[in-house]
Amino acid sequence: MTPDLDQHLADAATAIEAAVDLDALRTVDADLLGKQSVVTTARKALGAMDVEERKVVGRLLNEVRSGIQERLEARRTELETAARSEQLESERLDLTELDRGRRLGHRHVVTRTWERLEDLFVGMGYTVSEGPEIEDEWHNFGALNFPPDHPARDMYDTLYVDHGEPGSTLLRTHTSPVQIRVMEAGGPPIYSIMPGRVFRSDTADSTHMPVFHQLEGLVVDRGITFGDLAGTLEAFTRAYFGGDFTSRLRPSYFPFTEPSAEFDIRRPDGTWLELGGCGMVHPNVLTACGLDPEEWSGFAFGFGLDRLALMRHGIDDLRELFRNDRRFLEQF
Amino acid sequence: MKVLLSWLSEFAPFVGTPDEIGDQLSGLGLAVENMVAIGGGLDGIVVARVLDLRPHPDADRIQLVNVDAGDGEALQVCCGAFNMTVGDLVPFATLGTTMPNGMQIGRRKMRGEWSNGMLCSPEEIGLGVDQDGILILEGGHTVGQPVTEALELSPDVLFYLEVNPNRPDAMCVAGVARDLAARQGVPFTRPDPSPQEVGADAAGRVAVEILDKDLCGRFMVRILDGITVGPSPKWMANRLTALGMRPINNVVDASNYVMLELGQPSHTYDLDAVQGGALRARRATEAETVATLDEVVRTLSTKDGVIADGHDTAIGIAGIMGGSSTEISASTTSVVVEMAWWDPMSIASSARRLGLRSEASARFERGADPEVADLAMRRFAELLAETGATLAPGVVDVRGVTPASGTIRVRTSRVNSMLGTDLDRDAIAGLLNSIEFTAEPAGEGGADLDVIVPSFRPDSSTEIDVVEEVARIHGYHRIPRTLPRSAITGGLTPYQADRRVVRTAMVGLGLDEVMPVPFLAPGDLERAGLDPDGVTVTNPLVAEESVMRASLRPGILKTLAYNASHRIHGLGVFEVGHVYRRPAETQTLPEEREHLAVALAGRDAGAAVEVFSALADALDARDYRLVAGTTPGMHPTRTARIEVGGVVVGHVGEVDPGVLEAFGVGERVGWLELDLETLLGLPHGGRPYRSVSRYPSSDIDLAFEVDETTAAADVGSCLTAAAGDLLVDLALFDVFRGAPVADGRRSLAFTLRFQAADRTLTDAEVAEVRQRCIDAVQGSLPATLRG
Repeated sequence: MTPDLDQHLADAATAIEAAVDLDALRTVDADLLGKQSVVTTARKALGAMDVEERKVVGRLLNEVRSGIQERLEARRTELETAARSEQLESERLDLTELDRGRRLGHRHVVTRTWERLEDLFVGMGYTVSEGPEIEDEWHNFGALNFPPDHPARDMYDTLYVDHGEPGSTLLRTHTSPVQIRVMEAGGPPIYSIMPGRVFRSDTADSTHMPVFHQLEGLVVDRGITFGDLAGTLEAFTRAYFGGDFTSRLRPSYFPFTEPSAEFDIRRPDGTWLELGGCGMVHPNVLTACGLDPEEWSGFAFGFGLDRLALMRHGIDDLRELFRNDRRFLEQF
Repeated sequence: MKVLLSWLSEFAPFVGTPDEIGDQLSGLGLAVENMVAIGGGLDGIVVARVLDLRPHPDADRIQLVNVDAGDGEALQVCCGAFNMTVGDLVPFATLGTTMPNGMQIGRRKMRGEWSNGMLCSPEEIGLGVDQDGILILEGGHTVGQPVTEALELSPDVLFYLEVNPNRPDAMCVAGVARDLAARQGVPFTRPDPSPQEVGADAAGRVAVEILDKDLCGRFMVRILDGITVGPSPKWMANRLTALGMRPINNVVDASNYVMLELGQPSHTYDLDAVQGGALRARRATEAETVATLDEVVRTLSTKDGVIADGHDTAIGIAGIMGGSSTEISASTTSVVVEMAWWDPMSIASSARRLGLRSEASARFERGADPEVADLAMRRFAELLAETGATLAPGVVDVRGVTPASGTIRVRTSRVNSMLGTDLDRDAIAGLLNSIEFTAEPAGEGGADLDVIVPSFRPDSSTEIDVVEEVARIHGYHRIPRTLPRSAITGGLTPYQADRRVVRTAMVGLGLDEVMPVPFLAPGDLERAGLDPDGVTVTNPLVAEESVMRASLRPGILKTLAYNASHRIHGLGVFEVGHVYRRPAETQTLPEEREHLAVALAGRDAGAAVEVFSALADALDARDYRLVAGTTPGMHPTRTARIEVGGVVVGHVGEVDPGVLEAFGVGERVGWLELDLETLLGLPHGGRPYRSVSRYPSSDIDLAFEVDETTAAADVGSCLTAAAGDLLVDLALFDVFRGAPVADGRRSLAFTLRFQAADRTLTDAEVAEVRQRCIDAVQGSLPATLRG
């Protein structure tokens, strides 16, 4: 009996190794360990043996059986691994072929600049205010201390619209009328910026557009000084442009501020760039908005928003902002 | 305004380099736009005589000139100017010269012809930039003589200043010098000439009358005799040229010189040509005409001021331009000099109405100094005396109304609280006195100042005006910088925050933001299928920019067409911007709303609906309905109106193919346009949290056959209403047309998921709610359940 079992184990090992796939291995498994198998049949015959013989043959049978099981298990693992890698291999992909350049959309570069500025001033404790683009003469000029027929109105090439009395309704020439609306809407303290679209009767060229954007700032509170204005613009300059930029104020003239100033920034290379206008809110403006200039004081500033967008990205033509060529839009 | 350093220096002993002085001027609010060294670096430029002029054989814009530069030889030069004639003396840059701008003059060929040097324009030799052509040298110069010698040029610095409208005082050299002297702390001295007076008194020779005292605040005349009209001295001509005024003759030049130096415009009349021996300042009569010096007959209105003669004939337009009838001529021997003060508003509006601006009107409309006339007269006589004229004794000086100059109380505390400075009373007084304001302590030992503003500062009339002067002369850069702490909580409004969500959603959907100009051309609204009656610009520069958009559609369609013309198709874009409409009722301003528009080129209405539903998800505005129905300019069978909580917020679908054709867009265009202000003003967001059920859910599918006019959304709403709280999900998963479904009908298959928060649903419960759903749909809609 014994030599037979040894031979059987050897034959079993050969059959297991010969199984080419998991299906074949299952057949071999049934042949070697199933009801009709040599091992099962031999086990059934154990009952007819005497105790001693049964003990010896039984142990032998167990060894053979576990030997077969070990070999089957090993072969199964081997075949499973092979099958999985075959499966994985069949799923091989060239990922570069699948990269078709799926894109998100792009915010307009003016919006990006607008939101960047909003975030900066919100961080300084400011709110954001907006007003109508078609304005009345009072908010755009009158309340801002432009007397009727004053030559200062000539500084603005105003576009008028056919609404109400001739000359009464216009495309706002600056964001400053929003100052008036903010002061009319609620009392101080006011810490607000007013970004928006403005209009001038200008022929489009690389630095002019009949439509462009400005950002206005207004602070009205007790004890606000010209030094506060200078400090605020310096803080803005460093935060927006970088710590190696600095600012200066030069005397200027706007009817709605006094003292008035031009606001220049100094680039790291030492050159100066005129950025915008600013000044202390004129007492007449406060009075026009129902505020007592002896109790409240404030400053206002304004600058072109588009120009900041051009500067940051090195765009050399203002008209590009409004041309809406996709090859331009998708760069930002 | 331009000033020469040498001229400034006649008023004060200035120190510092030109760069330092330039910075000081900018710091005073007289922004230096440009600064150029003139009168130097002209070695190699000599006087040459034009011998011959002939066309260039191969160029229209260049001519060939032969010049003699002193050696008697004819040298050929190519020249782009045509204002010379044979015999003229001109400045000539010889070979090897380095021009003031760094250009090297070498022998070179221009279109096949040799050029042996360069003839110079006034700008090229630093004599001002306002003249075209080659400088023609007047007077007897020696050919070959250095041009600096011939023109008596000396090195100088020319500053181009930007003078703000509130600074009439800085429209003259003396005014600029006054500010600069204050900044430098050096004494400022005005000239005080006293020319000898000879001959008959002016008072008996010319009378002056002011008929409109609001128009004319002062009218002073004097008479000069012994006039010989001829060229001005070289030094004066050079200065006028440098400041941008063309020298004309000694009389006109002296008048201009005094205006540039002291800010007082003047006008000179040929005494013999003034009829009736009188000058009268009055308003013009309606349609009165006057021939001005530029030989144009001007028709005036009753708002314009004129100077009339003794016969009441208008002989000049007040403050703007004199008339030709009394113009100085070669035969003039005596002149009447007028130095007047005109009402700024009158001059400004007349100059605008007549389209006529002069150096004089520019000064009057800003507000001239009514008190400088006497000095200016004496200065004028002094200058003209150089060419032999004499000043007659007597001054005819008539006054009208000029701005009153009162005393302004200036509080030291106010100065410091506005500026954030710590200046004491005397320091403030010192700053003000340095620019000839008179500042005295208010009362004995008072902390404040009483300030009298000089007559040349009409802009300064209130305390805050004086505060600005203190800041300006003290120096803005010396005011300590402080950062105020905001007294409020900053942040975006809910609308502004939502608008960012909208943009983020659009960008996330792959759409690019566009920003077309909001101007449209006439007819654009109509082409877009919209009401053509838009808000109109009354004074557009071009007709293409004369209509304000009432919808974002025309601008975006133009954008699509523009990109398509560059072979960029399939654009997916969005815009957030204002649209403007005539208001329904009388209101102060036109109706203005912020809209969102989305255009999907090459995609259909379905894609546009998807954009909207994604947006609704982003904003958590799920209570919306799409209701079939079109709107002007949209595809009549592929458009739905969007209602949120029953309020119409916009439309979605496709642009009408006819509109697309009119805008030259060759693709189908999915379109969404929403009134953002309305949408974001409606309740959205903030839905209460609903805990996730841990019990199993049951799915059922229901397919209904409906006709084409029954909206899938209506079936869906009906199901939602019938299913009640147990329904957690509803989706339309299949739409089927064709056999066995009858023609004109379709099958809509929905999947419904039911789930309870507190138990596992029984089969009986699911069956019951299923039946309720079927009954509801079949009962209220023309729909039948498919088996």
